[in-house]
Amino acid sequence: MSKQFKFEIDGIEIEARHGQSIMQAADDAGVYIPRLCDVEGLEPQGSCRVCVVKQNGRVVSACTQPAIEGSKVENETEEILGYRRDLVRMLYHEGNHLCPICEASGRCELQAMGYRLGITQATKYPYLQPVRPVDASHPDIVLDTNRCILCGRCIRASRDIDKKHVFEYVGRGIHKRVGVNGNKLADTNVELKDRAIDLATCPVGCIIQKGRGFFAPIGERQFDKKPITLGVGPGKGRGKP
Amino acid sequence: MKKRIATVSLAGCFGCHMSLLDIDERLLELLKEVEFDRSPLNDLKRFTRRCDIGLVEGGCCNEENVHTLQEFRRNCDVLIAVGQCAVMGGLPVMRNAIMHSDDPLRECLETAYLNSDKIYNPSNRIPNDAALPLLLDKVYTLADVVKVDYQIPGCPPSGDTLWNTLEALLAGKPVALAYEQLRYD
Repeated sequence: MSKQFKFEIDGIEIEARHGQSIMQAADDAGVYIPRLCDVEGLEPQGSCRVCVVKQNGRVVSACTQPAIEGSKVENETEEILGYRRDLVRMLYHEGNHLCPICEASGRCELQAMGYRLGITQATKYPYLQPVRPVDASHPDIVLDTNRCILCGRCIRASRDIDKKHVFEYVGRGIHKRVGVNGNKLADTNVELKDRAIDLATCPVGCIIQKGRGFFAPIGERQFDKKPITLGVGPGKGRGKP
Repeated sequence: MKKRIATVSLAGCFGCHMSLLDIDERLLELLKEVEFDRSPLNDLKRFTRRCDIGLVEGGCCNEENVHTLQEFRRNCDVLIAVGQCAVMGGLPVMRNAIMHSDDPLRECLETAYLNSDKIYNPSNRIPNDAALPLLLDKVYTLADVVKVDYQIPGCPPSGDTLWNTLEALLAGKPVALAYEQLRYD
């Protein structure tokens, strides 16, 4: 039995075990910290930075930062919400996120995060409008990388759970993208039943299953009525699409 | 004095204007507070005087759109981008990112008018009449061309969303939308 201790998130006392991250302790206590690249069952990697919090005044990502005994964590303050809005906006501006034509609209975590953060105002960032490939070579799966936010959830699911290494990061900086283990997706041994292809793995509409889609009518989709949060988001099982 | 509103649809589908009509009987309430200047709703083609609010639907896909948008910016105190097309390009912006194409506009036109077996085009030419506005190299959002003061996302934004935004704006209060009223699709 590992050592128990306490710390605070926005003034609420949280119990944690030694070795837990801020995110894990918050999840166990039922306190939601917004996230995109972190999902239960996969190793945290801290790349999307949406889970940014302040721990004793320092800005850290909650999914990778261990909880510290007696520390004070700021989660839903105006400053932190401002950071998160900027981060989510930049993700929107970096890819081609055309919600009206996307199959994942309504069950997309990026979109849900925009709703939760109330992003409506005109932004200062330009739309980059990259030209990225669509890989529809596989008989069951389409990869529309225009919508990829580089969360790496498919990479980790394929590597750690499927043990197939189908996806991997390629390139650096602004040229970084998710590549597949072959010239195209059809050359890999990926299958529809893989965890990497599961609807709960890709937070956006990048990995699309052929022959299925538009699971719920508008108004009944996952994030139509309720904001993304614990139990409605990836933290504790994403539920039905 | 009544506030003046001007509206226009650029590279849009008039869905946002339909949504504005979707505020139903609240239109009467709105008309007590505002007067419509240039708008497709009253078919006025030119500004009659300076306006308080300009509602712009759709992005810019041709030079006429750009001129119209610049005219709106010059004549409106507050310019609002209404709908996804105005905010981030929407459906027309898909032509900017045609995969593996060095000349996406040409490929888009050739697919639409020449290289598809689903079309009837006996002249076998891409329309090129001098009366047609010149298409831009790509589709631009409103914020790419002029300064935008507010944006109302949605495809289209619901009548309630438009009403709540206009109501708050006319009352000089911050806009507070319910969760269901903020949509990007």
